[in-house]
Amino acid sequence: MERAGSTLRPVTLRLDERDEARLAGDEGPAVRTAIRVVTRLATAMGADRLLDVTGAHIDSCLYHGQAVLDFADHLADAGARVAVPTTLNVSSLDLLHPELDRGDPVESGQSRRLMERFEEMGCRPTWTCAPYQLETRPSLGEQVAWAESNAIVFANSVLGARTHRYGDFADICCAIIGRAPAAGLHLDENRRATVVVRLQGVSAELIGRDVLYPVLGGLIGRLVGRGVPVIDGLPPGVSEDRLKALGAASASTGTVGMFHMVGSTPEASTLDDALHGRKPDEEVTVTAADLRAARDRLSTTTDDRLRTVSLGTPHYSITEIGRLVELLGDGRVADGVAFYVSTGRDIYHEVELRGWANRLADAGVTVVTDTCTYFTPIIEDLGGTAMTDSAKWAYYAPNNLGVEVVFGSVEDCVASAMTGRVVRDESIWADA
Amino acid sequence: MPDQPRVLVAGTATGEVLHLDEPLSFWGGLDATDGRIIDRRHPQADRVVTGRVLAMPHGRGSSSASSVLCEAVRAGTAPIAILMAEPDELVALGAIVAEEIYGVVVPVVVVGHEAYQSMVDGERVTVGPDGTVDRT
Repeated sequence: MERAGSTLRPVTLRLDERDEARLAGDEGPAVRTAIRVVTRLATAMGADRLLDVTGAHIDSCLYHGQAVLDFADHLADAGARVAVPTTLNVSSLDLLHPELDRGDPVESGQSRRLMERFEEMGCRPTWTCAPYQLETRPSLGEQVAWAESNAIVFANSVLGARTHRYGDFADICCAIIGRAPAAGLHLDENRRATVVVRLQGVSAELIGRDVLYPVLGGLIGRLVGRGVPVIDGLPPGVSEDRLKALGAASASTGTVGMFHMVGSTPEASTLDDALHGRKPDEEVTVTAADLRAARDRLSTTTDDRLRTVSLGTPHYSITEIGRLVELLGDGRVADGVAFYVSTGRDIYHEVELRGWANRLADAGVTVVTDTCTYFTPIIEDLGGTAMTDSAKWAYYAPNNLGVEVVFGSVEDCVASAMTGRVVRDESIWADA
Repeated sequence: MPDQPRVLVAGTATGEVLHLDEPLSFWGGLDATDGRIIDRRHPQADRVVTGRVLAMPHGRGSSSASSVLCEAVRAGTAPIAILMAEPDELVALGAIVAEEIYGVVVPVVVVGHEAYQSMVDGERVTVGPDGTVDRT
């Protein structure tokens, strides 16, 4: 988003004939509500027009209070239908494993009803925060309206699709009219990198490990706030899973909607490409000490008595689950430790086909689908220490659940789960 | 030159300022059942936003911020107006939808950095429909 100075200027929103007809109620009350919300939002964003989108991802299906249900009822009762292919984010319930729910049954009923209303409107019941791991996903340059902060940053950065940071309400309204405000990250000029981030004195060992990426993302979120960072100097071809972890972290500690990584993301084949040939507004250097400090900020306790491990925020990919299965080997989670891994139901189906579901169950790992453990009452024992490989989980779970957390690599998490005590490999964090 | 206010949601309100020193994510940071700031890392943690004119830099974090604000409006725990240093459409959207479905108006105005920084916690202000803030 632009800085205050430039956006205080009023911009006139020009609508086309069909937009005007919809506002007048020609396509019914649901469409009228949807376009009213989108045009008011467009005005708030400083957009001068709306543009067509080819798909949407909805976060409004996550129950957090009566208001979201009231709005869904308002639309669905008026006969709303989505105009473009639309996927659904996680909800508050694991429909495949309802026995895991420890929440209030009244609230669970409200959650279920909310989910049904979105299905009625024609959305696909994908129930995942990682829609980019589904079979079809938007391609380079495609305009979409996505909600869910980690999905937004992935769509923009890794797929090169174009979405602004939509949230509850806006997502479904854009899906119903197939239109979105022409502003923010939909537009070329706002996709230019503004901050160059370079690593200095960070060991090749750490650069080669998964755990670097969520920590770096968390640090970048704090450093750049709402800017568009470009990370320069890492070896090219960084994996999607690592880019996913970096983006999710940066969208939690900051408000990053897009990042570039030179040689790894589609709009950054060179640093100059990412900068659109201009000079950056700011350049920052990240040292091994900065990374250690960023890692330490993701933990709230030094208590090493482990009660819970939670992986899969955002939802684990099939590759990440494969890595977990490999790390578990023939081992088993220690008595007294509850071990959860969250993923989408589509990925879970693949896990079953590969015969990993039984292996995970035998090792004492509980697979959670359709939802996530950092806001849903699933975790058995919130006392003791919870461990995670996700910067996003580490950032939100202490507030949401009142749990104390230690951040570590997936290797640390598995090793700790097997011994029942927090153990972390500190050697990789040393200066180069 | 002070910035001209930019109205994201038009309305009027009079009340005491609650001044937030840092951006606040409503989702995970505000309890809509009692209006309390629950982000333990926030300098104004445990303060209550209900009935106050909330002065903040901008929102932050998760895209669920809008529905938490809308829920607070429904539950009667919301601020009576929100004044921000920088535009934040997620905050605006929560107020827009609350107006659409509940008919309750919470004015949201971008006042710029200078005006935001000059506001003092506890002072009484009136927000006008054109976004002007009168310090009474």
